[in-house]
Amino acid sequence: MANTVVTEANTKIPVDYKKKRRQELWRRTKKNKMLYLMILPGIIYFLIYKYLPMYGLIISFMDYKPYLGITGSEWVGFEHFRRLFSSPEFWSIFRNTLVLFALQIFVFFPIPIIISLMLNEVRHSFYKRGIQTLIYIPHFMSWVVIVSISFVMFTLDDGIINSMLEVFGFEKINFLMSSDWFRPMYILQVIWREAGWGTIIFLAAITAVDPQLYEAAKIDGATRLRQMWHITLPAIRSVIIVLLILKIGDVLELGFEHVYLLLNSSNREVAEIFDTYVYVAGIQQGQFSYSTAVGFFKGAVGLVMVIFANKLAKLFDEEGIY
Amino acid sequence: MTKKRRKNRVSVGSKVFDTFNYILLGLIGLITILPFIHVLGSSFATSAEIADTTFLLFPTEFSLNAYRYIFSTDTIFKALGVSISVTIGGTIWSMFLSTLTAYGLSRRDLIGRRHINFLIVFTMLFNGGMIPTFLVVQQTGLLDSLLALIVPVSINAFNMIILRSFFLNLPQGLEESAKIDGANDFGILFRIVIPISLPAIATISLFYAVTYWNTYMHAILYLSDAGKWPVQVLLRQIVVLASGISYDGSSFTDVPPPEVTVKMATIVVATVPVLLVYPFLQKYFTKGALLGSVKG
Repeated sequence: MANTVVTEANTKIPVDYKKKRRQELWRRTKKNKMLYLMILPGIIYFLIYKYLPMYGLIISFMDYKPYLGITGSEWVGFEHFRRLFSSPEFWSIFRNTLVLFALQIFVFFPIPIIISLMLNEVRHSFYKRGIQTLIYIPHFMSWVVIVSISFVMFTLDDGIINSMLEVFGFEKINFLMSSDWFRPMYILQVIWREAGWGTIIFLAAITAVDPQLYEAAKIDGATRLRQMWHITLPAIRSVIIVLLILKIGDVLELGFEHVYLLLNSSNREVAEIFDTYVYVAGIQQGQFSYSTAVGFFKGAVGLVMVIFANKLAKLFDEEGIY
Repeated sequence: MTKKRRKNRVSVGSKVFDTFNYILLGLIGLITILPFIHVLGSSFATSAEIADTTFLLFPTEFSLNAYRYIFSTDTIFKALGVSISVTIGGTIWSMFLSTLTAYGLSRRDLIGRRHINFLIVFTMLFNGGMIPTFLVVQQTGLLDSLLALIVPVSINAFNMIILRSFFLNLPQGLEESAKIDGANDFGILFRIVIPISLPAIATISLFYAVTYWNTYMHAILYLSDAGKWPVQVLLRQIVVLASGISYDGSSFTDVPPPEVTVKMATIVVATVPVLLVYPFLQKYFTKGALLGSVKG
């Protein structure tokens, strides 16, 4: 019974039956009231904690006063945005954000792909699984734990890294409080935490490759490296592109927690990014409207980047993410 | 037999490649795990040995002083209590809501599911950001309550989508036969769908549990009462701020500047629960993460 209803609604119906079809839809909607009841709590959650904050973005056009609320606060138009774009601090934050983003794309992104290709060439499955087990672990650690580990290892006085530098006759380096070392430390921690986890999806894509292709390549005399380059890599091309889009969409999501934990007074000029700036200006200094404008700008750029990256993927004949 | 034949065919170049590959992967594995072993080893060492430059992985003199010290006040017990209750309560709550939503949206006969689905996916691409979300949390009266660590993140859109894809791939005949037997939608979900979806449920539960255990940002955003801080915030106070490398000037007054071994021990305490569940659930989550990759 239920089956016939579904097929009827899915087949093309002549114009005369449009009204009938609408009645049919309504009947099906009513029939599924229990399913709607089921998704209701979820919908309410998304409305309150995801869509209500989007509505709250309008305070970036106001001089928001907590005791007056959204309805009572005064409109100021684009003033906060004007202030934002004219401050030299903004451009330095923008630059810092872009640099970290570039590190993510150009330094981090290829690494899981390379590790996947390497793992794929391992023939002893116990060795392969052993390595995988190890390299997934850091993904489950909080940024606090990871930053803490790097703090105790890289600290100036008794950290193991500086002790080793000393043993080998080098100068000690103040990794944690130097603006030169902030970016390397940042990306190393990202790689250490996420590179292993990132292999899961590429390895899955690789298993779908037809083994006959390798056989054919071998007969043509292709070496292992050539097989990787001409067979494995093209085979996972679409997965790479989809993940790249997602990454580009995350353009400004560099991780508030991670950067905030690494941030200190001596690396601030290179470490301050949009997220940390929003936190300090908004939560700590109470400039709600201004910091909302900063966050709005960031979110809007992110959204534009996803749409752009998706268009680009389609241009290259790939599916994209929506 | 076949193995032998293959071996004979392997060229020198291929062998060099393999050796190089195996060694490099081994190194990657080591680099991943050594910092943990260093921290674990240090936490059981004496401070005197740490000061010695030769210390690397295993202490020669085993000491529990660091652990005795951090467990001597009730600060850590409180923080662990908060983390454990938020993790358990949060995971159950999130799984309950996510499963209901995911199952409802996985049913092909639900009209409007595509639109609702898009609205949920959209929240992954764009959100109101920190301040508007803070204001909503404030207005819903959650500030300074442990619920602030749970309710505003009740459903993770990505996790929900993974679950939904899993449910979508179940054979449809199951539901139909259950319906003929007179089961309603809730009955089908709880008596049939959930029992056969345990691998997916376990994976997503692990993801939620890890997120709740690792919660840090929401705690510093929404909780000003230090007595409600989870263990991650405490860890930050002990390791990062006590190194004098502070940024916002907040300080941790309950405890004097801790020794290195104490910092190490606190890291271990904040990490161990995750490491304990990891081996049990590992076989599930690779599968689960793959499901996420085929989302539509």
